[in-house]
Amino acid sequence: MFSRSAAIIPQCQQVRGMATLKMISIRLKSVKNIQKITQSMKMVSAAKYTKAERELKLARPYGIGAQEFYKKAEVKDEEGEKGQLIIAVSSDRGLCGAVHSSIGRIVKTDIAANPNTKVVIVGDKVRNILQRLYAKNIAMVVTEVGRKPAVFGDAALVAQSIINSGIEFSKGKILFNAFRTVVSFRTTEMPLYSQNAVANASKLPVYDSLDSDVIQSYTEFSLASLLFYSMKENATSEQSSRMTAMDNASKNAGEMIDKLTMTFNRTRQAVITRELIEIISGAAALETKN
Amino acid sequence: MALTRSALRLFSGRFTQACQVRGYADAPSMSLTFAAPSQVLYNNISVKQIDVPSFSGSFGILPAHVPTLAVLKPGVVTVFENDGSTKKFFVSSGTVTINEDSTVQLLAEEAVPVDTLDISAAKELLAQSQSQLASASSEVAKAEAEISIEVSEALVKACE
Repeated sequence: MFSRSAAIIPQCQQVRGMATLKMISIRLKSVKNIQKITQSMKMVSAAKYTKAERELKLARPYGIGAQEFYKKAEVKDEEGEKGQLIIAVSSDRGLCGAVHSSIGRIVKTDIAANPNTKVVIVGDKVRNILQRLYAKNIAMVVTEVGRKPAVFGDAALVAQSIINSGIEFSKGKILFNAFRTVVSFRTTEMPLYSQNAVANASKLPVYDSLDSDVIQSYTEFSLASLLFYSMKENATSEQSSRMTAMDNASKNAGEMIDKLTMTFNRTRQAVITRELIEIISGAAALETKN
Repeated sequence: MALTRSALRLFSGRFTQACQVRGYADAPSMSLTFAAPSQVLYNNISVKQIDVPSFSGSFGILPAHVPTLAVLKPGVVTVFENDGSTKKFFVSSGTVTINEDSTVQLLAEEAVPVDTLDISAAKELLAQSQSQLASASSEVAKAEAEISIEVSEALVKACE
């Protein structure tokens, strides 16, 4: 009499107020697509994360070595009113958890505490966060960051632009996300010292045969080195954070798919039952009439 | 009698402690961190001596060298390790920091072992940079070409 397969959507009108089978199946298809996309994004960022972590391991001694002089010479921030410089290192691409927002949050509190602050932003996402309220404090924005792994030349380029722009500061810091483990990163800051701060360091007289040329070259090179190190750390944190975020998204999509499939089947069965009832009651009415 | 003997013993103990003089021969060794952005060559390894080429002249670093900072010139860095072996690396540029506690950070922009250098490629690079200088128009381009020549000359020298 009536042959049905589960895939056939019934032609009759449904009761108003209950999701139609067609709507549920459209929703189901779109959530399945989303799950496929998030799963593939997770695979891609897992591959990028392994590469980034490998490069970070090689770059760590370099980055830590670059900070040693400032620690050993006990360089302190310059006394002065030239303001603060923050270099916020992040990237252009989203869907990576709290990576960009944590940096944006710290920059906002810093600017609120010290309005005479200039910010150099590396990466579009943080620019979007800061643009609305603190557009005046933004000194420079670096884009096209994060698509390919950073090389020293990139950091040198950024350092050169900062030096060329002639920004003066008494105290400075580089804000970035330091990589801890696959599931965690920590937003840290590295102090940045101006040339005057280095020249007035308490232990500087211990260092022999220094002239301003050497100090200038040294600070410029170490700016590039520190920037490179922070870019590498940030890239690894970003990839691992994206991996976790996409994994969670795939799991959530999977749960939604389960729930929707359940609703779909129930609705389908309800439709069939209703049709049966209508047909049988119609047939019974005809019989009693006769 | 017994008093003097015990007093002597007391004194001799004190004296041996006070007489431990340190000479430069057994100075604390220095720990070297020699790294480039994409590779680590030495990470806090104790070595005997390092020869570095810098803009203020080539000099050798021994333990207890006076603290200083220097900017590296393109050239060869020689590391004399504790077991007597020597390793040579070509560096393009960078900085060297010698701290009070005898730690040395040698941060090079690029560093390669000298035996991986190819002399014909180095000579070709030299010829290229010389022609670049000849055709350079702006100050910046001239400076870049001169830097390129300096690096290639040092490369050729390192290969020989």
